[in-house]
Amino acid sequence: MDRIKKTVLLAMMSAVALALSFLESQIPTFIAIPGVKLGLANIAVIFVLYKLGAKEAFAVSFVRLIAVFLLFGGVMPLIYSIAGALLSLCVMLILKGLPTFSEIGVSVAGGVAHNIAQVLVAVFLLDSSAIFLYLPALLLSGTVAGVVIGIISAILVKRVKIKTL
Amino acid sequence: MEKKRRIFYDVLLISVLLCLSLCLLLVTFLTKRSGELVCVEVNGEAVAEYRLSEDGEYSLNGGTNLLKIENGEAYLTYADCPDKTCVKTGRIRYVGQSIVCLPNKVTVVVRGSGSGGVDLVS
Repeated sequence: MDRIKKTVLLAMMSAVALALSFLESQIPTFIAIPGVKLGLANIAVIFVLYKLGAKEAFAVSFVRLIAVFLLFGGVMPLIYSIAGALLSLCVMLILKGLPTFSEIGVSVAGGVAHNIAQVLVAVFLLDSSAIFLYLPALLLSGTVAGVVIGIISAILVKRVKIKTL
Repeated sequence: MEKKRRIFYDVLLISVLLCLSLCLLLVTFLTKRSGELVCVEVNGEAVAEYRLSEDGEYSLNGGTNLLKIENGEAYLTYADCPDKTCVKTGRIRYVGQSIVCLPNKVTVVVRGSGSGGVDLVS
């Protein structure tokens, strides 16, 4: 695929990820545990990870983070998001490399890794080990959200064809 | 790798994670006991301590959050941040339970009698 097409495609995927982040922020939180969320934007990231590659997935993820930061502000959420995105992407990359997992397994591991990273950052920033008590609930929510996102991603990866590839 | 094998490993991973989180939840649920003190930490430093047995209302962190103690339970009634997660967290009364306000770096933790630190999970 030539460079311009790839650039346009990555820009589009970043826009999709940003739109999904915004959509998610409009869904009222029904569980009052900090960090519990669906992670809709991860659909775009997993799609890019499978269709284009690791470098591109990192790019889309970080463009989204910066765009969310510029639009909605907040240094603290940015720190949490960067930590979550980094660990989750690294774990997803490793699991994708193994022949044993499908998109669903990759997504679940990514979701759980994202939440673990956020708990660790919170413990570090707030300097309070009491935050670890949120870990069980966040493991559970990360797994459930990961399954949902993984199923959607698997369908998209299978059905959406990028002709120029 | 065949599709069936992959799904098997996916399900295995999901079950392991579900079991792990449910076990941890069960452990925290079973080891809970009523606390006596509420410790307020801002930026990781303990700034105040209140008894759960005494009703009262306290302003935290120079007014960014408002803590209320009532009937042996503590909860936040006000936060100046937009998400209000700490207010939605609701009431806490058991040792180790906490209310966290990430934007203001405020944590409210329930402790037992004069215990030094919370060490339930680690």
